[in-house]
Amino acid sequence: MQGYIAKRILIAIFTIFAVMTVVFFVFRLGPADPVAVMLSPNATPQDAENLTKKFGLDKPLIIQYGNFLKNVSKGDFGTSFRFNEPALKVLFERFPATLKLGLAAFFVSVSMGLCLGILSAVKPDSIIDRLGRLLALAGMSLPSFWVGVMLILFFGVTLRWLPIAGRGTAMHYVMPTLCMSLYPIALITRLSRSSMLDALKSDYVTMARIKGVPEFYVIMLHAFKNAAIPVITVIFGLFGALMVGSAVVVEYIFSWPGIGRLVMESYFARDYPVVQIFVIFVTFVVVSLNLIVDIVYAYIDPRIRYQ
Amino acid sequence: MQTNQDNILELQNVTTTFFTKQGEVKAVDDVSFRVGKGETVGLVGESGCGKSVTSLSIMRLVPQPAGKIVSGKILFRNEDLMQKTEEEMRHLRGDRLSMILQDPMVAMNQLLTVGKQLGEPYVFHDKVKGSLQGMCIDLLRKVKVPAPESRVNDYPFQFSGGMSQRALIAMGIANNPDLLIADEPTTALDVTIATQVLKLMKEIQGETNSSIILITHDLATVAQICTRVLVMYAGRIVESAPIKTFYKNPAHPYSVGLIQSVPVLGRSVERLASISGQPPSLFAMPEGCRFAPRCDKAHKKCFKAYPPKTQLEDDHSAACWLYVKD
Repeated sequence: MQGYIAKRILIAIFTIFAVMTVVFFVFRLGPADPVAVMLSPNATPQDAENLTKKFGLDKPLIIQYGNFLKNVSKGDFGTSFRFNEPALKVLFERFPATLKLGLAAFFVSVSMGLCLGILSAVKPDSIIDRLGRLLALAGMSLPSFWVGVMLILFFGVTLRWLPIAGRGTAMHYVMPTLCMSLYPIALITRLSRSSMLDALKSDYVTMARIKGVPEFYVIMLHAFKNAAIPVITVIFGLFGALMVGSAVVVEYIFSWPGIGRLVMESYFARDYPVVQIFVIFVTFVVVSLNLIVDIVYAYIDPRIRYQ
Repeated sequence: MQTNQDNILELQNVTTTFFTKQGEVKAVDDVSFRVGKGETVGLVGESGCGKSVTSLSIMRLVPQPAGKIVSGKILFRNEDLMQKTEEEMRHLRGDRLSMILQDPMVAMNQLLTVGKQLGEPYVFHDKVKGSLQGMCIDLLRKVKVPAPESRVNDYPFQFSGGMSQRALIAMGIANNPDLLIADEPTTALDVTIATQVLKLMKEIQGETNSSIILITHDLATVAQICTRVLVMYAGRIVESAPIKTFYKNPAHPYSVGLIQSVPVLGRSVERLASISGQPPSLFAMPEGCRFAPRCDKAHKKCFKAYPPKTQLEDDHSAACWLYVKD
């Protein structure tokens, strides 16, 4: 068990390092010059040169990479060109907003997805199953930027029930949460449904019924525990990526002051250090969640625990 | 002929149908038989002949929603199980009426300890007296699992095949059921372990006086522990006979074929006898006797209509035109 966890942690560290390297080079291979973007139109060539020197952009790429690694080891991920503050600080100032929205979407999608999935599997072809299938199809196929705009149009502009942008009251959460949850709900519904159907058909479920175990326990204790294993991967593993990925789109649409919108602004402003720390941070989140999944697996599945 | 009072189970014209996209399949077709108190009845037949569906029908656990018991009566302790509600059935299952599935490796939940699964028949039938852990350990001891005190906390994947089968039997017999259906309990095991398991079932039966329906395709197993044999072919019972009569004097040509295809120690033969052909497709059942296309004694009549059940002697009946006197 300890060996298992140690191995996972090593793999996680290596993954983060690899992503950091790729991110560093990809951003520097781009054609746009960040210095040109930062300078005011009436700046002199001397100003440009000073700025280039200040950020170390005049040195060869490999030296820049060496410096980057040195700084990262000290916890310095570069300075935002735009705000002239440490990139990490800029990111963390905006992070709570994203986290709150992400958690709201997380709970909505997990509870909705699991309920729909389990109920659909328990009673296939029932009304709930049909509804679930329709919702899953919609959630899978409708892009969140379109859903977001339609929500704003319908609930915000036509009905005027909900605020269309910004953050403050609980009402502000409704539309972005809905918009962000639709795809994960679809995914979790489909996955938990098929996984539950398999489990309910299995011999160990029949055996539980033979023993006279009440149906509720058959479903939750015997079937769901087994069915949960593949679903957990999605819930935690994919979720980090999904949440942050869709945060970029959803936060932009609803003017949510989180890191998703920050990265869009930074990207347009060629503020590389901020975009860079965003990607590294997302990697860190996804890798950590996967690490948690691996450990949760071991907890649920004794076959892994006893390896 | 035994009276009704001595029967623990009686099936009357039970038909179980699966409604599939390809059409209706009568997996169990007009099946009637009885099981006496303390009796061990062997239900034999090829794979796919409806043995397992018959047993699931008795448990009222035919896979839903495709499968359904469409007609017939299942009298258990003289009460028709078809009239019972799901909750009443749940109280019977695992208590008075129990079953052991064929593959112990998949019949046990890999994520729960053996002890937890063994305890369920006690917990859900309010039979816990004293320590549940202790009851589970006693149960494992009863089925001769070595070191039950530590084994009770193991997970199924830590058990060997033979031990898993024993644990599964333990779950089936926990509450000393009146009827235990054992669906190929020895198929997944090697011969020595299989013999031990059969011996164990026989011993337990001696203690509890349960009736057993042993489902198998292995006639040697039947010979070891059964008192009576039911032969099933393509969803129907074709012969019912006491064990001695069955081996000495089988009536149905299918039974004769089955017995001839068992190798006998010490008798050398060029080639082991076999029944030629394949069982009919469940979607396209022949109109007459279902065995007729493979039967060397078949005549015109056999292809026209299904033969009625004929009583040959006490407790020995067969469904074959050879025995119908007109």
